[in-house]
Amino acid sequence: MPPRVDREKCDGCKAEEEPLCAQICPGDLMVLGENRKAHCRQPRDCWDCMSCTKACPVGAIETRTPYQLGYHVARLIPMMGTNTITWTCIDLNGKVERFRYKNRTT
Amino acid sequence: MAKELPKDLQEIPTEVIDTDLLIVGGGNAGCFAAIEAKKLAPELKVTIMEKAHISRSGATAAGMDAINTYIPEGKTPEDLVRWSRSQVGGGPIREDLALSNAQNLNEAVEDLERWGLPILRDDEGKAQYRGGWDVSIHGEQLKPIMAEKAMEMGAEVYNRIPATGLLMDGDRCVGAMGFGVRNGKFYVFRARAVIVSAGGAIGLYKSHTSDATSSHHQVWGSPFNVGSAYALGISQGAEMTSFEQRWVATRTKDFCGPVDTISVGYKSLITNAKGERILQKHYAHLGGDKAPRYIRANAPMEEWLAGRGPCYADTTHLGPEEVKEMKIDYLNERPAFVLFLAARGQDISKEPIEVYGSDPYVVGGHTQSGYWVDMERMTTVPGLFAAGESAGGNPNKFVGGCAAEGKLAARGALKYLAGVTQPELDRQQVEREKERVFAPLLRGPEFDGVSPTEMEERMQRLMDEYAGGTTQFYRCNEERLDYALKHLKILEDQTRYLYAKDLHDLMGAHEVIDRLEVAEVLVHHLKFRKETRWQGWQTRSDYPEMDPKFDCFVESRRHKETGEIEMFTRPYEQLVPGDRCQP
Repeated sequence: MPPRVDREKCDGCKAEEEPLCAQICPGDLMVLGENRKAHCRQPRDCWDCMSCTKACPVGAIETRTPYQLGYHVARLIPMMGTNTITWTCIDLNGKVERFRYKNRTT
Repeated sequence: MAKELPKDLQEIPTEVIDTDLLIVGGGNAGCFAAIEAKKLAPELKVTIMEKAHISRSGATAAGMDAINTYIPEGKTPEDLVRWSRSQVGGGPIREDLALSNAQNLNEAVEDLERWGLPILRDDEGKAQYRGGWDVSIHGEQLKPIMAEKAMEMGAEVYNRIPATGLLMDGDRCVGAMGFGVRNGKFYVFRARAVIVSAGGAIGLYKSHTSDATSSHHQVWGSPFNVGSAYALGISQGAEMTSFEQRWVATRTKDFCGPVDTISVGYKSLITNAKGERILQKHYAHLGGDKAPRYIRANAPMEEWLAGRGPCYADTTHLGPEEVKEMKIDYLNERPAFVLFLAARGQDISKEPIEVYGSDPYVVGGHTQSGYWVDMERMTTVPGLFAAGESAGGNPNKFVGGCAAEGKLAARGALKYLAGVTQPELDRQQVEREKERVFAPLLRGPEFDGVSPTEMEERMQRLMDEYAGGTTQFYRCNEERLDYALKHLKILEDQTRYLYAKDLHDLMGAHEVIDRLEVAEVLVHHLKFRKETRWQGWQTRSDYPEMDPKFDCFVESRRHKETGEIEMFTRPYEQLVPGDRCQP
C-alpha cells in the first residue's frame, strides 16, 4: 500500500546524505526526486510496513490503502516518542481512535 | 549515490573486504548470529552483508505482536518438539535440530527482553501466554532493538548490498559477492566462515490481490525476501530439504495479515458463510480448532471450493477493550491492517473479519524448507552455515527459534573457522561474477529486452496456475508441474534479455533470477512427493492419499557442471518418543 508524500511538508531531509525514508525502506523504494522531495519510485512494490512513515521527521508521509481494497479515505498516523508510540486512526466515516503504548523498555 | 551509470565493467570499482565471519542477511537470525559471535570471540571481525538497512530489514521489518514459542514453566524442550511435530501432521521433522533449538530458545527470547523488548507480563511478572506456547509482546521496535545490539557488540554492517553469489575455493565457501545498490560498486567479502541468514522466498507465486490493484506486494511475508539465501547455495550444489512443504496460512482477506492473532489470541473461531465452525465440523478427529497448521490453513479454502465461502474469524464476541488490544497487536506486527479496517469502516465487534488462504511461500522458519544442515548448522557446502528461515528440517521456529538458531550457527561457524585459513583470492572467479552481475545494466539504452517486473509477473502467474497457487486451491498434478518446469526453463534462458535502467532495477533483475532458481527446485520437490501429506501446503490431485513410502525427507541438489537437479530421500529418525500426531 503505497506511501504518499506531502510535498509541502517534505524537505528532503536537507541535512542528511539521503532522506530518512530512503535510508530505511526495506524495498529500496523511496527516493529523492530532482525537486528535492522524496517519493515512492514503484508504489506497487510497497509492503506497507510503514517504516518510512515512522521514520519521517516532519510527518510528511502517509500510508494509504489502495482504493481497490479499501474505500476513500482512512488515515493511520504514527507518532514516535521516547520508548512509546502513539497511533491515530481515522476511519472513512471520520471516527477517531488513539493507541498509545510502550514499544521499548530501555 | 552514483549519478552516472557505468558504460562498461572497467568503470565499476571492486572493493575487497577481509573478515573472519561473514553473515549474509542481517535479519532476526543474522543479528543473533553476529551478537553471539562477538560475545564468544570479541577479537574476531564479524561482518554483516545486508540487502536493505539493518534497522528495518527482513521478515520482522514491520514489527511483531508475539513470540510464538517460549517454553512455559512446567514444560520441556521435548514437549515443544512434540507440539511442533504434531503441527506438521507428525512430520517427518529433524528432531535433532528441533531439540537443540528448543534447548536454546528461552535464552534467546530473554536476551530480547534484556535489550528492551516489552514482553507483556502479569502482576506477578509471569509472561502472558495467549496460547500454549506464544507470549504477547509490543514488538514494534523488535528489529531496531536487535540491529542496535549487533552494532553495539561491534559487528560491522554493510547496508544496501544484496548478495549475488558465494565465493568458493573448490568445494569450500570462503565468502560472498554482491553489489552496492547505492554506490554501484562490486563487493567481495572474504571470510573463513559464512552464515547465510537471508530469509525465505516470498513472491514465487501470484498473490490473489495482485491483479487489478495498486498493491502487488499485498503478501504476508516480506516481499524483499526473495529466496536469495537458497539460490546462493543451490547454484553451488548445496543440498536442500523439504521445499515441497510450502507455507500457506489462513490470512485476513484482501489484506494478507496474520490470523493467529485473532483466532488464537482472541479466541475467534473460524466459520464459513453459514456460521458453521468448520474446523470443529470437519476436522474434530484432528483436533478441531487446534488441528495441525496445514489443516487450519486449508480448511477455509475448502469451504470456498465447496460453495460455502466466505469464511471468517468470528470477532463479534469481543468487547471494546479486547478490540483495542487486538488492534494494538496488529499495530505491532502489520499496522496497515488497522488502516485497512478503517478504510472498510468495519467495527469488528459487530462484523467478523474475513479470512482467506495466502499465496504459498518457501520459509524454513515456519515450515521446514531450506538447507539441509548438520548439528552445527553447517550446510553440505563446507564453510557455509545456515540459520533462520534459510535453514530447513525444523519447522515452527518463528522469531524465538530463528534467534536461537542464529546463536547455534555462530557457535558452529566459530568452531569451524578456528581450523581454517583464508586462501588466495581467485580473481578469475571474481571477474566472472562481476560480469554476470552487471550484465543487465550494461546492455545499453537501445537494448530490446525484458524488464525484471515483466519476468517476475510471468513467473508468478505460471507458478500460481501450474504449481498449486491460491487460484488453484493449492492443487497440482504431474502434467501441470511438467508444464511449469518447461516454462521455468524458458524463463531461465530468457534472463539473458533482462535489462536494468538503474541500480534498483539491477537488484530487481537478480531478485527474479534468484526466485526462478528457487521455483525450479520447488517444482522438482512437488513432483517427487507423489502423495498428499499436508493438504494445502502440498496437495497432489493425482495422488490424493498419504503414502507411507514418503514418510521421509525429500532432498535435492543441483549438479554444478550439468545444472541438472538430482532428487533423493533421507530417512526420518524419531528421537522424542510418543504418538507423532499428538502434541
